[in-house]
Amino acid sequence: MKTKVLAIDDSRTIRNLLAATLEEAGFEYVSAVDGREGVDMYEDVAPDVVITDINMPNLDGFGVIEELRGTDINSKVPILVLTTESAPEMKARARNAGATGWITKPFDDASLIFALKRVTGAAA
Amino acid sequence: MAGSIQDTFFEECEELLEATDEGLSAIEGGNHDPEVVNAVFRAVHSIKGGAGAFGLNELVAFAHRFETVFDEVRANRMELDEPLIQLLLRSCDHLYNLVAVARDGGETDQAHHDMLIEALDKYIPEEEEDLTFEPMGLGGPIDIAAIDIPQAPTEETYQIHFRPLKDMYSTGNEPFFLFQALQEMGPLEIVLDDSELPGFDSLDPEESYLSWNLTLTTSEPRSTVEAVFEFVEGLCELSIEGAGDADADAAALAALDAVFGSAPVDLTPVAEPTTMVEETTTPPFEQPAPVPTPEAQPEASGAKPSAPKAESTKSEQRGPNPTLRVDLERVDRLINAVGELIINHSMLAQQIANLDVADVRDVETELEGFKNLARDIQEGVMSIRAQPVKPLFQRMARIVREASSATSKTCKLVTEGENTEVDKTVIERLADPLTHILRNAVDHGIESPENRESANKNRIGEIRLSASHRSGSVCIEVKDDGAGVNRPRVKQIAIDKGLIPENAELTDSEIDNLLFLPGFSTAKEVSNLSGRGVGMDVVKNAVTGLGGRINISSTPGKGSTFTIILPLTLAVMDGMVVSVADQTMVVPITSIVETMRGNDDMINNLGADGTLLSIRGSFVPICDVAGALGLRKEDNDRPPGVYLLVETETGQRSALAVDDIHDQRQVVIKSLDGVCGEIAGVAAATILGDGKIAMILDPESILATSPTTAGAFDTERRMSNAS
Repeated sequence: MKTKVLAIDDSRTIRNLLAATLEEAGFEYVSAVDGREGVDMYEDVAPDVVITDINMPNLDGFGVIEELRGTDINSKVPILVLTTESAPEMKARARNAGATGWITKPFDDASLIFALKRVTGAAA
Repeated sequence: MAGSIQDTFFEECEELLEATDEGLSAIEGGNHDPEVVNAVFRAVHSIKGGAGAFGLNELVAFAHRFETVFDEVRANRMELDEPLIQLLLRSCDHLYNLVAVARDGGETDQAHHDMLIEALDKYIPEEEEDLTFEPMGLGGPIDIAAIDIPQAPTEETYQIHFRPLKDMYSTGNEPFFLFQALQEMGPLEIVLDDSELPGFDSLDPEESYLSWNLTLTTSEPRSTVEAVFEFVEGLCELSIEGAGDADADAAALAALDAVFGSAPVDLTPVAEPTTMVEETTTPPFEQPAPVPTPEAQPEASGAKPSAPKAESTKSEQRGPNPTLRVDLERVDRLINAVGELIINHSMLAQQIANLDVADVRDVETELEGFKNLARDIQEGVMSIRAQPVKPLFQRMARIVREASSATSKTCKLVTEGENTEVDKTVIERLADPLTHILRNAVDHGIESPENRESANKNRIGEIRLSASHRSGSVCIEVKDDGAGVNRPRVKQIAIDKGLIPENAELTDSEIDNLLFLPGFSTAKEVSNLSGRGVGMDVVKNAVTGLGGRINISSTPGKGSTFTIILPLTLAVMDGMVVSVADQTMVVPITSIVETMRGNDDMINNLGADGTLLSIRGSFVPICDVAGALGLRKEDNDRPPGVYLLVETETGQRSALAVDDIHDQRQVVIKSLDGVCGEIAGVAAATILGDGKIAMILDPESILATSPTTAGAFDTERRMSNAS
């Protein structure tokens, strides 16, 4: 069974990049265009891991983490934040909100897969 | 794949730049709403993110500076004053350039680039030092690239002590997965220490009791081993101890390796013998269940209920405004097919009319329905091609800014009717003429701030760009509040250049329209803006090439207005089918003011070859279409035919004489490009219901070719007639 990734990013470019990399690596890929949509579709999609951008309209990445962590049943799903902010406080803030890890943009295929591996154990 | 994603990026960039532009314009207009500010920030941020993915480092670096400055604004640490807004607007313009260079190649204006960077840097607080944005693959702290670098396979053995704190579990991190990642690097031995695990009664399910001692032998560098624990840093007690330095000699390594490799249990510093030793070569190992809270279990892969298959499609349909991206070629194929459908309808109608059947009313009713449906489809397809002029107008705002700074004038562009939708091709082909008009408006129209002040005008010149729909056409207007056309000078230049005779007497409107004459340029010296050897005649040609008209009106001291009237679509139009010298032709409805059947009383001769039509007390020149097209020698006993009263762009009326009117119908425009050269008076062709080809006439150019109606541009002849 393929590992299912729910990617939440308002940038079509990033969504396409993620889709290309993840689908090639054998992941199942579902995307949402902003935080609100991501949270709304979370239950239906039931992903194994969530990748979310931080800066998004409607609901930002922190909001996504808080809402997903807010419900007990979901509290364990790994959430990776996509961030160009290499600033430590951004990561700290994401982690305090309950993020599992982070992927720094720009990412290459290997670091993306490596990050996913560390939070899902799956190579695909 | 990468190519198409990059295309997506550039497409998205356009949208993001438009959003940035729009947001900045709103901010410039005084709207400092946090949501507007955030939208701009996000847009630039997304450009940076995408650009980083493709290694567009110059774009990334610039976007990053922009974003950093804007972040200060967003966080209310910096005030958005006028100089900053102007700098941001210019930076946004520069982003456009950088994106264009990244996409199409070419050179950026390095001096301009450096100047903007320097200006932006002044706004960046000291502590934001890290402005170097590392290129792709090196951005993250995980230097995964290093893994691929072939190194001498010097194996190293690490002793890793790992004790999660309870907070780690609430972030969704799993020791098991970390171990799996380690296991891929080389032989791994895992020893669980559950010595701290209390009895069941005193167990706190939220607490963390377990720790692990790991022994990893790997040729990966230490940084990679550490990277595995990156996400849990600070959420666990962690020690990673290498058995030796990387440059330790091979013998020492081998010795250590032997020790660690052969006696893992002996080296385990766990006091209690409740250890779990896993042989690394036997996959898969059991999940070393951390404190098993009830929810913790279903997280292993595969335990989740599978979502319905349609999930991913469903996700695409959500979102506020679902859109579909379609290849333009497909739309054009559809438009062509609709064109054929319309032709097909006319043929069918003709066939039915030719049938020798007594009662065809029912068929005709249905045919009418067919016609309406075809029109609906056509309008639907056209609306797919229609796009708001907003992006075009935003580009023009940039043009005005650039032109203003190049000429040291202060101008602002006010836009109206940005949501007016126009055919995509029209928008594309309108960019150049509009650019030219606006540059001209800034360069020649708007006065210098000092002159404006002494004329009691606002120092800041205003150029108003508006779009609107006007009875089946699109009207685009450029209105400046500058000095207006300097008529004496325009006339003098035209005389000097031999464009008009010295004794020409022209109306104000005719003088204004001299600007459109080929070879006319009022620039005293060649400025780097509008004076590039091309004049307004190029603008006029571009507009007429789109089947449109352009007109100028001007009031001295108050400013000038350029009006461009364009057809809504380029594919289908309403036309009047007429016959001229036994040929069937089509005249565009939009240019016809009224039609009338003439009689001898209405016709007045003027001179040898001039005839005037008298309509309700006023006289208009008559142009015999057949004569103008060279289809018939003008004869005096012309049958009292039908007159189509048409109005030229300058508001002059003329009457086109044709033999008869047959019908009014939609015709599909078929370009004559590549079939034959340019024929004066003929705009295009169409296919009629009987399958015959009919020429679509261009009234403007017919009038210009006819001696009796030649307008202001054929001044010489006109003047010689008058004198």
